[in-house]
Amino acid sequence: MSALLQVEDLSVRHGQLLALSGLTLSVDAGQVVAVIGANGAGKSTLLETIAGLLPAEHGRVLLNSENVINLPAHRRLRRGIALVPEGRRLFPSLTVRENLLTGQYRRRPGPWDLAAVSELFPWLPERAGQRAAALSGGEQQAVALARALLGNPRVLLLDELSLGLAPTVIAAVYRTLPGIVTQGTAVLLVEQDVSLALRHADHVHCLLEGSIELSGPPSQLTAEQIEAAYFGVSREAT
Amino acid sequence: MIWIDAILQGVLAGGLYALFACGLSLMFGVMRVVNLAHGDFAVLAAFLAYSLISATGVSLLWAAVVTVPVFAVFGYLVQRGLINRAMTGGPLPPLLATFGLSVLIQNSLLQGYTADSRALAPGRIGTASLRLSGQISLSYLELLILGLAVLVLGGLELYLSRGRTGRMLRAASDDPEAASLVGGDPRHLYGIATALAFGTLALAGLLFAARSSVSPSSGPSELLFGFEAVVIGGLGSLWGTLLGGIALGVAQNVAGQANPAYTLLAGHLLFLLVLIVRPEGLLPRRSIA
Repeated sequence: MSALLQVEDLSVRHGQLLALSGLTLSVDAGQVVAVIGANGAGKSTLLETIAGLLPAEHGRVLLNSENVINLPAHRRLRRGIALVPEGRRLFPSLTVRENLLTGQYRRRPGPWDLAAVSELFPWLPERAGQRAAALSGGEQQAVALARALLGNPRVLLLDELSLGLAPTVIAAVYRTLPGIVTQGTAVLLVEQDVSLALRHADHVHCLLEGSIELSGPPSQLTAEQIEAAYFGVSREAT
Repeated sequence: MIWIDAILQGVLAGGLYALFACGLSLMFGVMRVVNLAHGDFAVLAAFLAYSLISATGVSLLWAAVVTVPVFAVFGYLVQRGLINRAMTGGPLPPLLATFGLSVLIQNSLLQGYTADSRALAPGRIGTASLRLSGQISLSYLELLILGLAVLVLGGLELYLSRGRTGRMLRAASDDPEAASLVGGDPRHLYGIATALAFGTLALAGLLFAARSSVSPSSGPSELLFGFEAVVIGGLGSLWGTLLGGIALGVAQNVAGQANPAYTLLAGHLLFLLVLIVRPEGLLPRRSIA
């Protein structure tokens, strides 16, 4: 049986720069796959291309075997690909409740509704009337995650969930992941905090200059292998 | 008493300015686009209603029932076919595109209708008035226009704050790319915003022609009044637009009471004063609602 999300031979350019080069990976339903790598390795580019925000130069993105590479972002969302973007990108002039309701604009049938995300983040109803811009970074991240879940995605793309957050807040946000994947959602997350990614992922890809340098389950990867792939030590040696 | 009358007449005139301006405010609020053909489209709507009434003999009310929705659909098509494409090139191409439309509409109307002014007959309401005292009487038509302006702006406010699509318009106004990540198609949402703007400008054009008269070259001056009302009230703020329209109308009428030559000048001076003292407008935008 094929994976829920398959990325095949994906290449993306930012002007003259080849940001992703022939990248291939897959994510199964209920699986958490992490992509790690240094700044500029192409991690966010990968997620934004899968979500439909960036055009691909070459390659395919298959959702349940359907190639969605030519669909715009809003159509991919309707097919079941949701992105929690880096920096959250909530709608600052809308209240928390209104931000959450935008997540239901084109929702697919599924388990996530306002009650379910309020169970995940119990403080949400109390803050419902507050403007999103007035929330702390961690609270904004939670609202961004809840907003994406309300669309009942089949594949959830998480871009740097931990960025700019206190360790306790990061732990709280990551604690929600098991509850999400048990619903059958596939999670592809990009994370700069390698230890965090290794702790939560079933499978890890290390990206270097737009290509996958190292892949495998976290339990089978050594710290030396990851360090070498992360900084490109093996490439420099050859 | 004549000053009170001038203020009241100004408030009533402000209703029409607000109606003219709310489409401008909406388009700017959602897309940051200034439609330079706004006044010309309003005049076009008035001329089309004039033709409809001349050809079929229907009343102004029925002409409005036909023209307003037709213009809303037309606005959606103009947005999808022209302005969306122009917007991909930055803020300048939409200005140029709508300026081109303005020239095109004015010249087409000149060809089709000559330079003569036309008026739409509002029926008995056009001459009836409410007499408050010996020196003060309020035209029922002007009262109706103010009432419609409040109704339209209130309706838009409600739609934007409570409606599912209205909420998405505000979301797209904040961040169109993020709106696409929750399933909204910014091109379609922009089309809806322009459809609403064209519906309101068509209504304003018809009421303007019923209140006085329109000629093919009336558009730019109506655009100017609408633009001034939007800036005085606060760019992108709907209730601010109503307040701006009323402030403009009051300034014009009060100055006109002192000396008719100052009527238009007073409005422009108020506009400049607000730009200098309070550039964000009287009721600045929090969101497009």
